[in-house]
Amino acid sequence: MTAKTEAVTTGEPQVTERKHRKRLSEGARAERRLGFLLCAPAVIVMLAVAAFPIFYAVWLSLQRYDLRFPNEAKFIGFSNYAAVLSSQYWWHALWVTLIITVVSVAVEFVLGMLLAILMFRTLFFRGTVRTIILIPYGIVTVAAAYGWQYAWTPNTGYLSALFNNSAPLTKTGTAIAIIILAEIWKTTPFMALLLMAGLSLVPEDLQKAARVDGASAWQRFVRITLPLMKPAILVALLFRTLDAFRVFDNIYILTAGGNGTYSVSILGYDNLFRALNLGIGSAISILIFICVAIIAFIFIRLFGAAAPGTEG
Amino acid sequence: MAATTRQKSGWITANVVTILLVLIPVVWIFSLSFKDPSSITDPTFFPTKWTWANYKGIFNSSEFTRPLLNSIGIGLIATFISVVLASLAAYAVARLAFPGKRALIGLSLLIAMFPLISLATPLFNIERQLGIFNTWLGLIIPYIAFGLPLGIYTLSAFFREIPWELEKAAKMDGATPFQAFVRVIAPLAAPGMVTTAILVFLFCWNEFLLAITLTSTIAARTAPAALAFFTGSSQFAVPTGSISAAAVVITIPIIIFVLLFQRRIVAGLTSGAVKG
Repeated sequence: MTAKTEAVTTGEPQVTERKHRKRLSEGARAERRLGFLLCAPAVIVMLAVAAFPIFYAVWLSLQRYDLRFPNEAKFIGFSNYAAVLSSQYWWHALWVTLIITVVSVAVEFVLGMLLAILMFRTLFFRGTVRTIILIPYGIVTVAAAYGWQYAWTPNTGYLSALFNNSAPLTKTGTAIAIIILAEIWKTTPFMALLLMAGLSLVPEDLQKAARVDGASAWQRFVRITLPLMKPAILVALLFRTLDAFRVFDNIYILTAGGNGTYSVSILGYDNLFRALNLGIGSAISILIFICVAIIAFIFIRLFGAAAPGTEG
Repeated sequence: MAATTRQKSGWITANVVTILLVLIPVVWIFSLSFKDPSSITDPTFFPTKWTWANYKGIFNSSEFTRPLLNSIGIGLIATFISVVLASLAAYAVARLAFPGKRALIGLSLLIAMFPLISLATPLFNIERQLGIFNTWLGLIIPYIAFGLPLGIYTLSAFFREIPWELEKAAKMDGATPFQAFVRVIAPLAAPGMVTTAILVFLFCWNEFLLAITLTSTIAARTAPAALAFFTGSSQFAVPTGSISAAAVVITIPIIIFVLLFQRRIVAGLTSGAVKG
């Protein structure tokens, strides 16, 4: 509520500012020029590396372009998309990606919330916990993934030994579970930190008042903490969902996409850099881009996640 | 409110469990890296026979030392340029009135959310044509671009907290806006810039997808990418030991960063997300 009223009030001066634009003073004009000048280098780099290549990818996706036969490149319209969308590999990859995304984000949200409350409320080792959990956040995903891979390798790993020397990475279901485990271990701390920052915005007085009125801890959490944290929760979920949907590093190291554990990013990579089919690979890339855009749209429009930074 | 004994032991248990869950996988890689090649197939958690052989192996081979050097060089250069460019833009966003501010934030958000795989092909093709494929520059440029959104974001949140009256005072004394930025505001902004630099460096250090697609040899391949191409330091060594040792080596800087800059990293990660 407060956010909305704020947006309205800050909207007012902007309108009046626009009316006066014709009569910009010399100082204001200099300020605008400086503003553009300061942003220009960043904008140029971002456009050159991200915006231009994405259009190039669209163009590539409309070609028959196989690096092994570069001279046979030819415009073929949407045939690559038809080929991808009618292929069971794409739908399997999308399914695997969605399972990994939904399960890991859901588990991370619950664990992250518990961890956030722990860090926020605990009376002991608060500093130690806050420091320690940054290790999974910072650790190189590939390094951690090798740790998990060896832990589950028969005759090498302690976890495999715990489970009768089994080889779970060679079976689809268990391999996906391990990929999810690796994702959760790595990114729960990030979720927890964002949620903890949200927790610190909940006024202590409100909690005390509710306690005096006889609300139980659970009621206080559901009725007061969660609603007040909603913006922070949505931002955390949006970031993590988009991140999880792009899952690549963990799968590449853990299974290389074998035994039906490939995500959409792995499928794109295999088509591009193993099959060297730039046309099909680019079509997959663009489809992934569209999926990400849809996810972001759902979060921002349907759930009302304020894209962070837009208010400032 | 005094905590009861039961509450106390509850918190302590929860904390201990958390710390163990976080540390066990890390300790496992460490212990694996100290296992003797002959006992690596022995699934005990700690080595039965400790050895430095795996470390000696990887540091004697350019298969690892060169990528490590690449990682450090590419990471530092990309971080530096990224933070400088992001500071300029974030200053403008936080301080100056000019149209297109929202478009800039929108563009940064869009890029932060980009699936990297969508850029891997076009960048691969463009870089081959420009002749920067498999060079430091070929990785530095995209890393700057992906460090920028993170930087603009974190820095504009930090810059909003700076006491700007000082800038006005400097202008009163006859400083130009640019001088006011360099002489007065930049020193005040330094803590935020350090934080941002750490976050951007961690991103560069961690990045894997572009590192394997935009390189083909150890001339530019970074350490995480090199790990995936390890064949073992010598014919008789099992790569498990070498890979674990290399994984430990690239993890140590992270642990040092975390221990030294814990507060800054937390502040940086949460600044943009909460203050909006």
